[in-house]
Amino acid sequence: MHGLRWFGGPMAALLGLVWSGGALAGATLDGVKSRGVVTCAANTGLAGFGMPDQQGNYKGLDADTCRAVAAAVFGDAKKVKFIPTTTQQRFTVLQSGEADILTRNTTWTALRDTEQGLNFAPVTYYDGQGFMVAKKTGIKSAKELDGATICVQPGTTTELNLADYFRTNHMTFKPLVVEKLAEVENAFFSGRCDAYTTDRSGLAATRAGKASNPDDYVILPEIISKEPLAPAVRHGDDEWFDIVKWTVFAMIGAEEKGITSANVDEALKSDDPDVKRMLGVTPGIGKALHLDEKWAYNIIKQVGNYGEVFERNVGSNTPLKLDRGINALWTKGGLMYAMPFR
Amino acid sequence: MTTAPTATRRGFAWWNDERSRALLFQALILGAVIAALAYLGRNASANLSQQGISFGFGFLDHEAGFEISPALIPYTPAASYPYAMLVGLLNTLMTAAIGIVFATLLGLAVGLLRLSGNWLVGRLALGYVELMRNTPLVLQLFVWWNVLRISAPGPRAAWQVVPGVFISNRGVALPVPAYDPGFRWVLGALVIGILAAIGLAHWAGLRRERTGQPFPTLVAALALIVLPPAAVFVALGAPFHLDMPKLGAFNFRGGVTVTPEFAALVVGLVVYTAAFIGEIVRGSIQAVSRGQSEAALALGLKRRHVLGLVVLPQAVRTMIPPLTSEYLNLTKNSTLAVAIGFADYFSVTNTILNQTGHAIEAMTLVAAVYLSLSLSLSLLMNLYNRRMALVER
Repeated sequence: MHGLRWFGGPMAALLGLVWSGGALAGATLDGVKSRGVVTCAANTGLAGFGMPDQQGNYKGLDADTCRAVAAAVFGDAKKVKFIPTTTQQRFTVLQSGEADILTRNTTWTALRDTEQGLNFAPVTYYDGQGFMVAKKTGIKSAKELDGATICVQPGTTTELNLADYFRTNHMTFKPLVVEKLAEVENAFFSGRCDAYTTDRSGLAATRAGKASNPDDYVILPEIISKEPLAPAVRHGDDEWFDIVKWTVFAMIGAEEKGITSANVDEALKSDDPDVKRMLGVTPGIGKALHLDEKWAYNIIKQVGNYGEVFERNVGSNTPLKLDRGINALWTKGGLMYAMPFR
Repeated sequence: MTTAPTATRRGFAWWNDERSRALLFQALILGAVIAALAYLGRNASANLSQQGISFGFGFLDHEAGFEISPALIPYTPAASYPYAMLVGLLNTLMTAAIGIVFATLLGLAVGLLRLSGNWLVGRLALGYVELMRNTPLVLQLFVWWNVLRISAPGPRAAWQVVPGVFISNRGVALPVPAYDPGFRWVLGALVIGILAAIGLAHWAGLRRERTGQPFPTLVAALALIVLPPAAVFVALGAPFHLDMPKLGAFNFRGGVTVTPEFAALVVGLVVYTAAFIGEIVRGSIQAVSRGQSEAALALGLKRRHVLGLVVLPQAVRTMIPPLTSEYLNLTKNSTLAVAIGFADYFSVTNTILNQTGHAIEAMTLVAAVYLSLSLSLSLLMNLYNRRMALVER
């Protein structure tokens, strides 16, 4: 039943909110341990961020964030379960307790952080919204899109930024709003829309993964919004929030220290007191997080540091061909910055 | 001194009494339902407050912030959420109204064809009914949408069917009469004409009952409806211009554009529902006793009059109740618009749900609106049913 999907989202959310017992502080970690897996709300299929491969294994930057949390909690990055969600279902799947973390290229905004009851962990990808058009239209700038039909997914910050951008520039447009990513992409590639808008990483992913000839499409230079994509957890469980936050910091911190999945065993012998505290050679942080002292070691060994994860999923050797840009380490002019491990 | 037989029920405990026991069970069930609802409500509000999510309809004051197309009334993203919902509701009402009219007409045709004496025609109608009834509606909608979208060219290479009518993958662009202030007088004349026609029909009915004389009601009523507005229009100097669609940079501007999404939704709903209505029509006609049409033929009525004056009016009585539920289904099925990107009420409210996170409130609004739509439609159909029902004496 296809029909159930669209009604299923909101209805499942409703039932979830109505039935589920409240999450008490510390309850998420206990629940994760008793289930034996970390459950993550993932994208239904966005190349480079969260998309199942032919064997059904989720691949991508977001999927690896989820695996890193599993590595920290269980010492085994494979103990993960992904729930594919549309833009409409993602928050309620988390709020209802069906998922433990939302790792689904989700933008950190004020209202989501407050009214919608989410807590955002550190940003894993600094993105911005852009437009993609067919090359043969000859369009060079988003300012030329007055009167265009634009494909967009509903319930996204994208949809709101789009309206804001056209209002600011005194232009008009016609939205074609379709919930399922595959359908909105089909609509764009079949020529139903003049432009497709989403985060620029998503445009690159769609162009690489779905276009019959990726070179026929161009991403326009304008970046019309800030889209900091971050994993999120529910309000009300600080312990779990800390674990997810420090999982991300461990990946960034490892890159800062030059520790990779290949050399992490040698790093155990390092004299650097920062590295010793991070890897649990000097105990303390693991206990404070209610995790094994090897938590960060396991993340780096099994999933890798942030740079490795970036290059593996979206970097220059992948179909997405994204450069590090502002996602480089702060020491290299980017925004990635881990808080001190002490 | 006589003793009244007051003690007849002595020996019966109240719980052995059938009536009080029935009351007791009803009270128990009612209590259980209320307790379950209260438990669920408390649980939901506790969960919401624990996650720091505010509950209430205050969020409806916020600016919508998103664009909706097509919109029947002027709309900008600066409008409020309720106004955005109204835009969606009007789209739903338009879909349902057009869908119901065409599904009824097509369904009537299909039902009559099913009864056709011609073997091939009957089989074709049967094949249509079975194909439509036995495949999921949402699949059919996707097929229609993809057919309309992919088979048509881009706007620059649009087919011009007749001058001013363009078909492209953006939809069908049609010219519409440009607004003129004189149209208000024409509209006024039209309303007066319609009222006069209704009055005339009433008078003609009474006259026929009294004298048995037929009156050409249809022709006279049409003349009353058409002529006065036409006269006013000519008197005003025939201020008629067409607002022609012209190709802009991307889309057609001016005129009216029927989008592929709306077309796919209406066509899909009509074709699907007509299969069910066709079966209702067939069943109802077959339910009219054969003796009725034989009697009518024996009285010398022509075959088309037999169907129109004798069989159909009696079949309609059987038809109305199941037809009502098909109309309700069509209205509710229009929510599948969300799958193919048409901004109906459900789709707009769903977007609002996601922008605000107020799932319970938004779903309550969805339920309330579709419930009111269904109940109003049922009420209308029940009134019609009461008018048409056989008066038993």
